Amino acid sequence: MSVDPPVVHGHINGQVFSAAADATLLQVIRAAGLQVPTLCHLDGLTPVGACRLCLVAIEGHPKLEPACVTTVAEGMVVHTHTPELETYRRMAVELFFAEGNHVCAFCVANGSCELQDVAVEVGMDHSRFPYQYPQRHVDASHTQFSLDHHRCILCTRCVRVCDEIEGAHVWDVGYRGSACSIIAGLDQPWGEVAACTSCGKCVDVCPTGALFRKEDGTAEKHPHPERAAQLAEARHEHRWTNP
Amino acid sequence: MAVSWRCCDATACRAAGAAALRQRLEAEVGAERVKPVGCLRLCGQAPLAAADHPDGSTELVAGVAGERRLDLDHPFFALQRPVVLERCGLVDPSSIDDALAQGAYATLAACRLRRAAELVEEVVRSGLRGRGGAGYPTGRKWQLVAAQSGAHKVVVCNADEGDPGAFMDRSVMEGDPHRLLEGMAIAAQAVGAAEAYIYVRAEYPLAIERLRTAIAAATERGVLAGLPIQLRIGAGAYVCGEETALLHSIEGGRGTPRPRPPYPAVSGLWGLPTLINNVETFAAIPAILREGGDWYAAMGTAGSKGTKVFALSGAITHTGLIEVEMGTSLRTIVEAMGGGGSGVVKAVQTGGPSGGCIPAELLDTPVDYASLQELGSIMGSGGMVVIDAAMAMPELARYFMRFCVAESCGKCLPCRAGTVQLEQLLDRFVEKRASPADLAQLEQLCGMVKATSLCGLGQSAPNPVLSTLRFFRAEYEAALAPGVVP
Ligand SMILES: Cc1cc2nc3c(=O)[nH]c(=O)nc-3n(C[C@H](O)[C@H](O)[C@H](O)COP(=O)(O)O)c2cc1C
Ligand code: SF4
Ligand code: SF4
Ligand code: SF4
Ligand code: FES
Ligand code: FES
Repeated sequence: MSVDPPVVHGHINGQVFSAAADATLLQVIRAAGLQVPTLCHLDGLTPVGACRLCLVAIEGHPKLEPACVTTVAEGMVVHTHTPELETYRRMAVELFFAEGNHVCAFCVANGSCELQDVAVEVGMDHSRFPYQYPQRHVDASHTQFSLDHHRCILCTRCVRVCDEIEGAHVWDVGYRGSACSIIAGLDQPWGEVAACTSCGKCVDVCPTGALFRKEDGTAEKHPHPERAAQLAEARHEHRWTNP
Repeated sequence: MAVSWRCCDATACRAAGAAALRQRLEAEVGAERVKPVGCLRLCGQAPLAAADHPDGSTELVAGVAGERRLDLDHPFFALQRPVVLERCGLVDPSSIDDALAQGAYATLAACRLRRAAELVEEVVRSGLRGRGGAGYPTGRKWQLVAAQSGAHKVVVCNADEGDPGAFMDRSVMEGDPHRLLEGMAIAAQAVGAAEAYIYVRAEYPLAIERLRTAIAAATERGVLAGLPIQLRIGAGAYVCGEETALLHSIEGGRGTPRPRPPYPAVSGLWGLPTLINNVETFAAIPAILREGGDWYAAMGTAGSKGTKVFALSGAITHTGLIEVEMGTSLRTIVEAMGGGGSGVVKAVQTGGPSGGCIPAELLDTPVDYASLQELGSIMGSGGMVVIDAAMAMPELARYFMRFCVAESCGKCLPCRAGTVQLEQLLDRFVEKRASPADLAQLEQLCGMVKATSLCGLGQSAPNPVLSTLRFFRAEYEAALAPGVVP
C-alpha cells in the first residue's frame, strides 16, 4: 500500500508552490504554469539530465541544477530565467545546431521539431559558433523507418523508449565525445537488427527529424512524444488514456 | 655482513634498464642480497638502487651500471615526509612475508578489536580529505555510508588515475599494494561492507600484476578479515575515473556519469550504499588508525591535514615522486626539492586538465586545498608539472582542451560540443590569428561549459584556459591577429 508523500513548499520566480516531496522541479515548474526548455527529458522515460537546457538556479546551491532530475525540497527558492540562464540556454541551442547538420527547409520534421521550438523559445536565429559540418550518415536499412544521423542531438530518447518500454534495447550510444552516435544492435545497420519489432516507438519520441517514417516527406513528420507517458502509465498504473 | 641492495622495480626504472642494473648487482653480491622494491622517488634518474651497508648507512646509486651516486641529504629526499609511502622502496611488493615483517595488516588486526564507529571517528579526527581530486572529507563520507541502513554495502577503490603527469597511485600500487588492501579492509569494517572492488586502469599492467599477487597472497593467508576484493580493469576512458561513470563501468555498462544526487554513499554499485575512495586515500588509512587521527591532523594546515604525494615533473632537475606535509610551499617543492632555478620556472601546473597554472611570482603559495583554489587551480590528484619559458600558455591550454575533447564521454551537450569549439578558438590563439571577439567568446564559452556541464570533466575543462587567462592574459592578447590588436 502506498502512502502519499508529504507536501513541501517553496518559491519559483517569486511565486509560491506546494508539491509532493518526491516531485521533480520540472513537474513543479509545469504545474505552476511556467516553462523551461527541455530536450532530453520526456515524461514516461527515465530522466538523464543530458541536454542541460532545463538548468535552473536554486538559492544556496553553488551549481545550476537540472530541473528534470532534481527533487524539490522544503523552502527551495528557484529561478528559471536569470540573465545567466538565458545566455547559457541560447549558447546551448547554438551548440546543438553547430554540432550537427540541420537544414530545416528540407527536413521531414520542419514545423514539428522540438529543437526548432526550443530555438524559437530562447530566441536563437543563428549560431555564433562555427558550424562543424560533421561527416555523418543516413541509415535507411530498415523497411519502414530511417535514421538520419545529421539531425540527431543525442538526447537518447530512442534508446530509453526502446529499452524501457518496448523492452527490445535495439539502440545504444557508441563512441565518445563529438564522435558519439546512436547505434543499432552491435553498431549494425538497423534493418539487420533482429531485436527490432518495428513498433515505431523510437520514431514517435524522437524530438527532431533524425528518426522518421519512410513515407513521410519534407515537413510531413507527425511525432507522438506523449505515447511514452501513456504507455508508462498504462503499464505501471493500469490506466489507459484513449486519445 | 655484506652490503644488501634494494633495486627499484617500478615502471620508470623498468623502462630505463632496471633489469640490467639488478643482474649486475646480483652477479656482484649474490641474488639473495638483492631485493626488488617500489619507487625510490627520483624517477628522473632511473634506474635506481639503494645499498644498505652493515654499518646502517644507506647509499643511493643511479644508472644501468650504478655509475651515478645520489646525495640522500639533498632536499629532494630530506624534505620528504613518508606516510603513505612509508614502506614504498623498502618492501618487496610481491612478497607478503616481507610486508608482514614490516608491519602490514597489524593495524587491521588491531582494528578488528575496535568498534566500527570508533574507526570512523578516528578518520574524522584525522581531517583526511579525499586524494582523488575533489578533496571531500573522508571521515564524513565514511559516516554517510556507515549510516545507511542496508545490510549489503560495497567498498570501491578508484585506481583509474588518468591525469596527464600523475603517477602517485600507480607508485603506491606498484610499491606497496598490501597497504592499499589493508586500508580498504579497515574501511569495509568501519562502514559495514562485505565486498570490495578495485577499479584500475588497463594502462597500469605492473600495478595490476602486483595487486593480483597481493590479493591472492592476502586472501590465502586470511589477513583480509574475510573481505573479498575483486579487480576490475578499465578500458581506456579517462571519464571512468569519475565515480558514477566508474560504477557504471563495473556494472558492465557504458562508462558515463550520471547526475548526483543520489550520491554513491546512498545509491552506488547496483544501487547499494557504496564507499568510493581514491588509492592514496585508502593508503593513508593504516597509518592513521595505527598512530591515531590526532597524530595525522598535527601535520599540515588548518584545512588540509596530513601529507600529500605529488608526481613532480617538467622543467626541473629532480623529477619523481615526493610526499610532503600539506602546507609546504610551492617554492620549497619546485626550487629546493626539484632544483628548479629561479628565472627558469614560469609556472607550476597542478590538477592536470581540471586544474590551472600558478605563476612563478606566487611560488610562496602553500600547497593546501584552499590556497590553490583561491588561485584558480586545484590540488587535484597530485600531478605537478613545472613549466618554463619555452611553453606558450595558449598552447598549454590547448593541450589540456584537446585532452578533454578526446576524453569527453559525449553524454551532455556543453562538454561534448563546447570543448570542440573551445579547442578551435584556442587554435586561433596558438596560430596568432585570433580577434578580440574570439577572446570574448572564449571567456563566455568557458563560463558556460563550466557552469552547465553534467560532470566534473566538463565543469573543470575550462580551468586551464581561465587560469592562464588570469595570470598570462598578455600572451592571449599578443596572439591577436596583426591589425586587430585593440
Ligand atoms: C573526469 C574525472 C576523472 C576523475 N578521475 C579520478 C581518478 O582517476 N582517480 C580518483 O581517485 N578520482 C578521480 N576522480 C574523482 C572521483 O569522482 C571521486 O571524487 C573520487 O574517487 C573520490 O575518492 P576520494 O574522496 O578518496 O578522493 C575523477 C573525477 C572526474 C570528474
Ligand atoms: S521500432 Fe521499436 S523496437 Fe525497433 S528500434 Fe524503434 S523502438 Fe526499438
Ligand atoms: S535519433 Fe532522435 S531520439 Fe534518438 S538520440 Fe537522436 S535525436 Fe534523440
Ligand atoms: S561533462 Fe563531459 S564527460 Fe561529463 S557527462 Fe558531460 S559529456 Fe560526459
Ligand atoms: S531536459 Fe533536463 S537536462 Fe535535458
Ligand atoms: S620508479 Fe624507480 S625511482 Fe621511481
